[in-house]
Amino acid sequence: MPQRATIVTPDAPIAQNEMNSRLLHDLEKVLGPRGILHAPEDLMLYEYDGSIETARPDCVAFPRETHDVVEIARLAARHQVPIVGRGAGTGLSGGAIARHGGIVVSFARMNRILAVDAENQRAVVQPGVVNSDLSAAVEHLGVHFAPDPSSQKACTIGGNVAENSGGPHTLAYGVTTNHVLALEIVLPSGEAVRLGSTALDAPGYDVTGLFVGSEGTFGLVTEITVKLTRSPEAVKTLLAIFDSVDDATETVAEITARGITPAACEMLDGWTIRAVEEYVHAGFPLDCSAILLIEADGLREAAEADARGIADVCSAHHARNVRVARDARERDLFWKGRKNAFGAAGRLSPSYYTQDGVIPRTKLPATLRRIEEIGRKYHLRIGNVFHAGDGNLHPIILFDERNEQEFRDTIRAGDEILQYCIAVGGSITGEHGVGMEKDRLMPLLFSEADLELMRRVRGVFNPADLLNPGKIFPTSKGCGEIYVRPRHGPAVAPSA
Amino acid sequence: MSASGATALSQLTEIVGEANIVRDPGPLTRYDIDSKTPSAAVRPGTEEQVAELVKFAGREKLACVVSGAQTKLGIGMPPRRYDLALDLSRLDRLIAYDPEDLTLSAEAGTPLAKIASVLAEHDQFIPLTVPFMARATIGGTIVSGVDSPLRHSYGTARDFVLGMNFVTGDGIAARSGGRVVKNVSGYDIHKMLIGSLGTLGAITRINFRTFPLPRQTRTFVAEFRGSREACEFRNAIVRSALRPRTLEIVSESARGQFLPSQKARAALGDNRWSVYVSFAGDEDVLKRNYKELVATRHSEPGVSEWLSELNPAEERSVMSILSEFPAAILKRFPAAAILKISALGAELPDLASYTASIEMPWAVVMRGLGVAYLAVWPPDASPGSLHMLKQHCGRIFALAGKPPFRQVTLPWCPSALKREIDIWGPLPASFELMKKLKNVFDPGGILSPGRFVGGI
Repeated sequence: MPQRATIVTPDAPIAQNEMNSRLLHDLEKVLGPRGILHAPEDLMLYEYDGSIETARPDCVAFPRETHDVVEIARLAARHQVPIVGRGAGTGLSGGAIARHGGIVVSFARMNRILAVDAENQRAVVQPGVVNSDLSAAVEHLGVHFAPDPSSQKACTIGGNVAENSGGPHTLAYGVTTNHVLALEIVLPSGEAVRLGSTALDAPGYDVTGLFVGSEGTFGLVTEITVKLTRSPEAVKTLLAIFDSVDDATETVAEITARGITPAACEMLDGWTIRAVEEYVHAGFPLDCSAILLIEADGLREAAEADARGIADVCSAHHARNVRVARDARERDLFWKGRKNAFGAAGRLSPSYYTQDGVIPRTKLPATLRRIEEIGRKYHLRIGNVFHAGDGNLHPIILFDERNEQEFRDTIRAGDEILQYCIAVGGSITGEHGVGMEKDRLMPLLFSEADLELMRRVRGVFNPADLLNPGKIFPTSKGCGEIYVRPRHGPAVAPSA
Repeated sequence: MSASGATALSQLTEIVGEANIVRDPGPLTRYDIDSKTPSAAVRPGTEEQVAELVKFAGREKLACVVSGAQTKLGIGMPPRRYDLALDLSRLDRLIAYDPEDLTLSAEAGTPLAKIASVLAEHDQFIPLTVPFMARATIGGTIVSGVDSPLRHSYGTARDFVLGMNFVTGDGIAARSGGRVVKNVSGYDIHKMLIGSLGTLGAITRINFRTFPLPRQTRTFVAEFRGSREACEFRNAIVRSALRPRTLEIVSESARGQFLPSQKARAALGDNRWSVYVSFAGDEDVLKRNYKELVATRHSEPGVSEWLSELNPAEERSVMSILSEFPAAILKRFPAAAILKISALGAELPDLASYTASIEMPWAVVMRGLGVAYLAVWPPDASPGSLHMLKQHCGRIFALAGKPPFRQVTLPWCPSALKREIDIWGPLPASFELMKKLKNVFDPGGILSPGRFVGGI
């Protein structure tokens, strides 16, 4: 894994020098000696996630049951120490980073699938269950868990709930919130509360819907009841190759205009294609300007009809070639190319910064041109790989964090891209979350009154702001205050 | 509006103009909730006026109930106090519609029918075929939490509402979500306003995801000797590769009230049940669906007597009746009580067989996903009949929480029943959080006080 940049903000104290030994002692009493980490060399592994930010926690706690989480919350409240929940640390907005130190609660050991009810298409899981493990465990029953972030082989369902994660197939199937029915949460007061219900339409306010995507600022999730989705009878995966980016983006708009809702519709631009091909050998042509990876699924006849319609649109928009994956192996290869795009970018540059802007999909051509202009303005290489079907962009800005100017320009370029997204009626984040990365941009999207209401809503759950403090809401941080320090190695949870 | 009534009135006039204030007892009755009449109704024309009115109401401690076309004011408890009706029917503008982006933004008072006709010009729709469709506004539809048979394939409002503008109880105009189909910036406050019955804020604008209208649909009806057989057919469909657009199980008592008779069905006996299942797709897809349906029938030997395809006129009529079921029942039997019961799909047979024990007129429509609307109504207008109605509802509420009655509410019933039965059922486990959230949105308790769960 390449070394990536690290931002430490002056308003985030680097780990408090010594943790209250009394608190450590109390935590150890609850969790056992193997249930906490506090040695500096261990904590280093927990100071970052998939974003470019870091901060070191004071200790990491490993609960095994809801009761452990309750006890951790009570202790944190008594000692007035922040708590930050953490799944696999794959998040891209700093959501799992202990910005103000405190206890990181790792759910690595709460990773059991508690119940599967295939008949009613329900599963109950602990938050540390890895996203793709759930689908693998229920595959033989003909169902799966629909949200499929690119990090699905590592990311946890608890993390998906916190961030309201998406993925390529959310185009047709919806994001995490559309698949969560009920939660057990632990409030920072130590109170465990159940939200929602296994049956549909729980009476009262949709607190579950409010909670999903609250980025760890409302409560710690200890149990999740999800919907399982019937797996389609047939899947058709198409790879369309274009000599012009505009042709590719116009194809996306036309597919929608024809009333076809693909299961997924992903785009990679020429630069990203070459980076991916060198790394994954997915069979992408090196001399093209864009590819679309489009999937149709459902009943065999429906998938075939949609695939035919999609192929027609691609050809009408001058696709050089449209390939249909012949078998599951080729389909996996196409997807491997898409899902490893970030990794491929990482091989070509010391660091990269991924954006998550959303735009109305008709604004795709103009937005991609704007991104190119911004890249030229700052002399930065920006690759594009994204969920074209729902207008969710992931520009990847390559930079070298040892070059301070380039780093600053990277942040500025990222902000300019997101400002453009807002200007055309979009949003600053489609699936990665605001976290500590985009908090400063929130006032561009929401008024002070909107943000104040959100703060008051947070206060209902988390009145003392002890839970994941320093996230979502703007702080005084500005670009000029950010500085860089090197970092090594990936985040790894100790084996449970 | 007593002591300072005149001053209050002049301030209202200042905000909306005299023409938009209703004070005559006659016209005011349309805002009645269980015989409670407001002192006045005001009809703001802009989001700013809504904010001004709510601020004013807050200062004067006037309880407000927001409505659009007043079609669903019967849902929920009567307000503890009811001073002002905020009628948002003048907020009926389409703010934006981008067919190519499949998004639409409309003011809350926009009639559903108007939205549907604008969308239809572009072969699109919003999957909200709901009760009172012809008159209902989009705001009332969303805030009352009614659902549609189309939820089987499109989900409910929480799955396609992208964002909202609203005014909180302290008169603050706020916004949550956005206008793009994917968005995680900020808390999803708008999700909580869906189905909140006006207790958190006055919704002024709603942003939607729209959907392409299917070019072709086809609806089939299968008839069964009993409820268990009908439910087994539903189970077989759910287990198969089929992806129905809608899937509804209908008792003969409901079908017989409203739906056209199919063919001679004497052989099926008295306890007939029907399953209505519809599909969308091109001709090949529809043919395959039919083939699978027939195969499903064969895999459950003897359960289905016959399966038939509806012609387009029948299809429209069936879809409309299944969508309008509560409204149609209330129209025919104004004294009916309509329970909403949530079960898991596989528990529907138990729910259906429960109906055998109901000793008064009843009818049920069960969505294949496990949400049922069970209507019971008194056979006559005698006081004893109302007592029976209360007893039946009470018996079901006593079972609430246990399968198949996992959740029970009573969205529609005679006012007299509301004084004796807790129509929202047992308090949810997260009720304390709900109360605190209500207090954040409406600290003065002026928005629909007492209408919702637990007296919120």
